[in-house]
Formats: sequence, C-alpha cells, structure tokens
Amino acid sequence: MNSVILKTAARLLFPLLLVFSIFLFFRGHNEPGGGFIGGLVGASAFVLFAIAFGTEVTRKLLRIDPRILIGWGLFFALVSGIMSMMAGDAFFTGQWIFPVLFGSEIHLGTPLIFDIGVYLVVVGFTLAVIFALEEEN
Amino acid sequence: MNILLSVLVIFAFAFVGPFVGKYAEKFSGWILALVPLSVFLWFAGFIPEISGGEVFNESHVWVSYLGINMSFYLDGLSLLFALIITGVGTFIMIYGGGYLAGDPNIGRFYFSILLFMGSMLGVVLADNIIALFIFWELTSISSYLLIGYYHEKEESRKSALQALIVTGSGGLAMLAGFIILSIITGTMEISEMFSQSLAVSEHPWYLGMLILVLLGAFTKSAQFPFHFWLPGAMAAPTPVSAYLHSATMVKAGVYLMARLNPVLGGTIEWTYIVTIVGAITMVVGSWLALAHTDLKKVLAYSTVMALGTLTMLIGLGHEYAVKAIAVFILGHSLYKGALFMVAGTVDHEAGTRDVNLISGLRKTMPITATFGCIAALSMAGMAPLLGFIGKELVYEAALSANVFPMALITVAVLANIAVVASSGIVAIRPFFGEYKEHDKHVHEAPASMWIGPAVLSVLSIIFGILPFLIDGTIISKAAASVAGTPELVVSLSLWHGINAALILSVVTFLSGVAVYIFWNSFRDSRGFQGYSSVFGEAPRKGYENWLSGTLSLAAAQTRFFQNGYLRHYLLTVLSFFVIVTGFTLVTKTDVVMAASFTDIMFYEWVIAGVIMIAGLAAVLAGSGLVAIAALGVVGYSISLLYIMFSAPDLAITQVLVETLTVILVALVLIHIPKFSTFTSTASKVRDAVIAGATGLIVTLIILAVLTVEFDPFMTEYFAENSYVVAHGRNIVNVILVDFRALDTFGEIVVIGVAGVGVYGLIKLGKKMIHKEEETTV
Repeated sequence: MNSVILKTAARLLFPLLLVFSIFLFFRGHNEPGGGFIGGLVGASAFVLFAIAFGTEVTRKLLRIDPRILIGWGLFFALVSGIMSMMAGDAFFTGQWIFPVLFGSEIHLGTPLIFDIGVYLVVVGFTLAVIFALEEEN
Repeated sequence: MNILLSVLVIFAFAFVGPFVGKYAEKFSGWILALVPLSVFLWFAGFIPEISGGEVFNESHVWVSYLGINMSFYLDGLSLLFALIITGVGTFIMIYGGGYLAGDPNIGRFYFSILLFMGSMLGVVLADNIIALFIFWELTSISSYLLIGYYHEKEESRKSALQALIVTGSGGLAMLAGFIILSIITGTMEISEMFSQSLAVSEHPWYLGMLILVLLGAFTKSAQFPFHFWLPGAMAAPTPVSAYLHSATMVKAGVYLMARLNPVLGGTIEWTYIVTIVGAITMVVGSWLALAHTDLKKVLAYSTVMALGTLTMLIGLGHEYAVKAIAVFILGHSLYKGALFMVAGTVDHEAGTRDVNLISGLRKTMPITATFGCIAALSMAGMAPLLGFIGKELVYEAALSANVFPMALITVAVLANIAVVASSGIVAIRPFFGEYKEHDKHVHEAPASMWIGPAVLSVLSIIFGILPFLIDGTIISKAAASVAGTPELVVSLSLWHGINAALILSVVTFLSGVAVYIFWNSFRDSRGFQGYSSVFGEAPRKGYENWLSGTLSLAAAQTRFFQNGYLRHYLLTVLSFFVIVTGFTLVTKTDVVMAASFTDIMFYEWVIAGVIMIAGLAAVLAGSGLVAIAALGVVGYSISLLYIMFSAPDLAITQVLVETLTVILVALVLIHIPKFSTFTSTASKVRDAVIAGATGLIVTLIILAVLTVEFDPFMTEYFAENSYVVAHGRNIVNVILVDFRALDTFGEIVVIGVAGVGVYGLIKLGKKMIHKEEETTV
C-alpha cells in the first residue's frame, strides 16, 4: 500500500504502540494487561508497519524470524517452571525476590519470566502467520 | 545423589559432545571417552562392597503421590551391566571418533550416543519400574536417532522406524504389565517386590501380566519372531552397532528378565515360555547368520543367537543357568563389541564388508586382523578364552535342565555349530587367503580404531585364563542377583575335566569347521535358501504387511473424516455437539427460564439487538467482506458486554483479536474465490437446521448454568491469595501466569505449534504445488 498518510502514521505509531505494549505487559500484574494483551499490541505495531512498508523492511526491523520468537517464548516459559523445580518447589510455583530500587520495593518473580514467554509466543505466532500471508500476495 | 549423578553427568555431556566434536575434531573421541571412563572407574569402586554382599539403594522423590520415584538399586547384576555399559562405551567413544572422523554430523553422533549411554545406565540401575520404563523408552528413542544417523538414505530411515515401532510397541505392552505388577504387589520398587514372588505367581492376573512384560523384553532383545529388526538396524554406523546392537541395548530385555526372575520366575508358565522362545531364537538366529555375506549381518544374527541363549538360560533359572548368564553376558559383550568394531574397520579401510569381495587383509592390517581373530576365537568358544567358559556353562545348564534337557542340548549344540562357522566367516574370510587388489588403497587403521578391539579381545584371554579375577568380584554376585539368592556354589574354572560338556564342545567345533568349509555351496543350496526365507524374511514381511495395513486403515479413516472440506468438518463437529450435548442436557437437567428480564438495562438490549442483527447480516451477506465485517461487529459488541460486566482484560483481548482477525481475513480473502451460490436449497436447509439447533443448545446450556447457584469458593480464594501469595492484584493475569501457569503453558505450546503449522501450510503448501507442476511439466 503506497500511502503517505499511512506511512507517516505508521512511523509515528510504531514506537508508541511498542511502548504501549510494554506498558500493558508490565501493568498486567495489577491492572488489566499482561503478556497476552501486550503481545497482541506489540504484534499489531509490526503488522501496521508491514502494511505501510512491506514485510521485507519489517522483517529487517524485527531482526529475528518470528518463528524463532515462538521458540524463545516457549523456552522462557519452560525456564520459569524449571527455576521453581530448582528451588525445590513444584513445577511453575512462583519464586519471588524483593529488591529495593530507588527507595521502592519491587516484586520480581518467575511469573514475570513466564509472561515474557507468553508475550513472545503471541508476537511470534501473529507475525509468523501474517507475514507469511502477506508475502503470498 | 551419587547414582543419579552418574546418569545425569552422562546426559549433561550429551549436550557438550557436539561442541567437543566441532572444536576438538581429531581428538574429540578421545576426550569424550573420559566421560564413560570416569563413570566406569567410579562404578568399579563399588566392586569390593558388592562382592562383600552389600546392595545400595538410593531414592529421590519424583511424583510421590503416584508412588513414582527416581530410585536406584545397585547389586551384582546392575553393577555388571553398568561396568559393561561404561567400559565398552569408553572404547566406543574413541572408536566412533576415528570411524566418523571428518563427518560434519559427528556432533549428532556424540549427542545421541551419550544420550543413549545415560538412558541405558538408567535402565540397569533403576529400582522404580516407572523410572525403568522411562529410561527404557529413552534408549528406544536414542537408538532411533542412531540407526537413522545416515538419514539421507531411505534404508536407514526405514530401519530406524522399524526398530522404534517394534521395540516401542513392546515397551507399551511392558508398561501395561508393569502397572498390573504394581497393582498386585502394591509397590513400584523392584527391590520391594522380591519378597512377594509367591503372591505374584498365585495371582489370577499373573499370566496376562507375564505375557505383557515379556513382550517388552522379547521385542527389545530381538527374540523370535521379533528378531528381524536387529539385522535391519545394521544400517547404523558401525560404532552404534557395536555398542547398541551387541553389547548393550539389545541386552536390556535380557536384563529385565534377569532382574525380574526372582519376582516372576520359577513358575511353569515362565519356564516354558521363556525357555522355548529363547531356544528357538538361539537356533534360528545362529543359522540365519550363515545366509549372509555382509560381515555386520553375520554378526547381527549371531547376536540374535546370543540373546536367545541368554533368554533360554533365564527360563531355566537353575544354578548353572544363572552362572552361565553372567559369564555369557560379559563374554559376549567383549568379543562381539570387538568383532563389530573390527568389521567396521574393515569396511572403513577396504570400502566393503562383503566377505566375498575381501580377503588377505592380514598383510595390510595386521593389528586389526590379530585382535579380530582373538575375538572370533572367543566367539567360537575356543579354550582358553572367556567364550569357552561361557559355552561350557551353557552346555552344563542345558544338560541339567529340568525341562526337556535332551531337546535343549541338541539345539544348543546345533546353534553353536553355526556360531563356529560364523566365527570363521568373520575372521578367516576377510583376513586370510589371497590378497585381492581393491579400488581403495587399504592400510592399517588409526590407533583409535584398533584400541577398542585390542583391549576387549585381550580381556577375553585374561578372563579366560584367570577366571577367578571376575568370578569372586562380580560374576558370582551378578548370578546370585538373577537367582534371587545371596550366594551360589558353582565357581568358574577353565578346566572341568573330561565331561559331557567338553565332548560336546569338541563335536561342536569339528562340525562347525565342516560347515565353514562347505559354506559356499551350503549357502546356495535350495533347502537353506528356503530356511532363510521362512525364518528370516517372513517375520519381516509380516511386519511390513501389518504396517502397511495399519497405514491404509488410517488413510481410509482419515479420508472419511478429514475430507478437506471445512464445511463438512463444521457439520460433523456441530451435529455431534447437538446430538450428544443436547441429549445429556434434556435427560439430565431441567431447563427453566430462571432469568428475569426486568433488571436488564435498555443499553444492554441495544447491544443484544446489534449482535443479533449483525449475526443475521453475516449469514445473509452476499460477499465475504461484508460477512467478516458483520462478524467484527458481533465481536466488538461482545467486548462491550465484557466491559459492562467488569471484565476489562477479556474486553481488551477481544478487541485486539478482532482487529488482528480483520487483517488476517483480509489477507486470506484475496485468495478466496467470490461467494458462489451453487449450494442447493436442501443443503441450505440442512445447514440452517444444524446451525439453529446449535444456537438453541448453547442458549439452553447458558440458561441451565444460570439456574445453578454460583459457588464463590474459587473466586474468593483467588481474590484473597492473589496479592498475598502471587504478588499481583489483577486476578485474571495472576491466574494465567501463576496459579494455573501449567494450563497457560499448554496453551502457548498449542499456539506455537499452530503457528508453525499455519506457516508450513502457507509456505510449503505452495512449494509443493510448484514441485508437482514442475514434475508434471
């Protein structure tokens, strides 16, 4: 699609959408959001870019093949479960640490790693399918 | 922790192996041999304690509420096997490094062979039958990878699959047998079953359980009529054949029977089934070896003979028999491992292993020839090698059998005559006689390829002349484990005086030499060809017919259900849903219109109306685009409902999914032809009825659900614990990533698999169409 408006908008919206997707991702633990929703928004950022500039440019922008992202996602999710086993708990039992950063206590745990996995799988799946379909045309 | 660690160390190095293969190249085999060597030395440290009568137990909790533990049991039998696995394994690593030197895929070999080594070690050390089963299956899988190493050859792939299917099906039968066994004994630990052998053998399920367990052992150990997979597995690289298909994996079935002999053995059923199957395998396998001129095939069939002999001995189970088992296992591993490596070296240097094409190699390969001949002498049962002691004990055991001793000694002698002839084929044919000019300049193999045969064959001599070295240390305790008694009286010696066994040995040897001399004309005789096709080919053909029958049944079934028309799938799924769910709904619950319409707000009516109109529009739409847009309206309206009923997470997800769906569908629509109206009125009516019925059933289900009082237990639990335990206030997300993370994990795996599948359909589907076009053009 060769539209100046779309291209300009995509260029501006792309970083915004990505930041928004990461925001949604982190927000997810206490407010609506999370890996699945964040992943969908993240994927739509790339999809929008692909519609405006074509998949070839977008693939370069993404650098990593979306199919590989699926693998990494599953890997992260699995690792979060194995970390629980390493700590002597059952598979996928959340493990937490509470470091204090800039005066406020932060809750860091294996579910966060798990959610990164979900995020990556969702992005990988959506992009793998949509890119493949676009390249068909 | 220690025994578990010995297995885990090998598994860990399986992942390091490929890197060693890549960066250490020439020395990779030598370096990686240190892994099994160190484990071997560690196990060797147990010899004093084990020979003193101690046994070691080690247990790690795994799935405790099912009684499944990662538990290990180390006694004489386990130790003998552990030493063979790691000891022979050491030389296999060295040999494999030399044999596959320069092969770009050598890393995969190291990975698979170490994976196999760890699994095999697990099989012989496991105490818990489920742990044993898992290790058992792991050996099947790693063996599949190893047989299929040359995966670009169709024969390799076929043989690998054949071995996997035969041993895998047997393994499943065995699992069923194990579960019955654990129900009978109330435990999953083999060490706790020893005291219950009477209860087991008197149980009404005994025979069924026995047959299932034996199916696993017989398929793994290539017993007749499942023996055909083993010669097929010779498609593997020779280091693999030397290791898996002679010294270790094929003996897993023998190990299992020996291990369970104190629990299951001693009954009439056990004695008859195991002895007869073993005896048939022994004699059938030994003579089939003579039908081949391929060195590896000859060795493979003589391995079938050895496995049959061991099985027969386990069936007999008396003192001589158990002693013979322990000696024969060790003796066979030493000479057969060495001979396979020698055969591989010949193949590697001369470019062929057909004995009709090679001769006189002793001049150019003196070292390999020497050790090959020593190992062959041990296989032929010549004094003073360990093979001689083993064979004498087999004869003694057959002579003192409690069931039909005359028949058993006859087949034992017959089988050993063929083995003597086979030994001649593998040692005399390639190395003696006139030297033939070969295309490839034949020279002596590098040290890495003769050190294994050298050590193993020299050990055959040492243990043969000085049998007390192994008797008091390891053999007698291993034999005692098989018998299930603490001590045995039979002791090993090279010279028993002139007795029946010795006379039979002389007869065996002379007849074997005669068979060898007339081998060429014997092999071509019509009677022998017939024998070979009945016992060698027929079982394999039977397997192939069974396999192709299964495949065509599956194909027919798939063609029926998976006919490729999406509308038919929908039709099947929805009709099934309507009939089954509808039936249950009508017969099991009272549907009442409990919901009242008074407290519904007007805007809720509006959204409901929009959804219904949009739904109708989708059905009546004249083009795909309109239908999709209408469905989009349905989706967005539903997300509005989610917001109203305070489910923002669902609403956001719904909106995003709808958006991406529109993009996806838009991309797909380009490829889809315009709506056509070739459907007949009859099929439209049929579709309408099924769609209407589905909608009705779903509505009724929702109404039925509303009549059930809502149990707030789960909601309250999550609300209370979400922040306290999982440090998150968004319950939905906490459930997804923490409380029910395993479910989510399953879902993302499905998403991942679906993604790869769709990608494949889009990309490869097109490629395949192109290919077909190219071939037709």
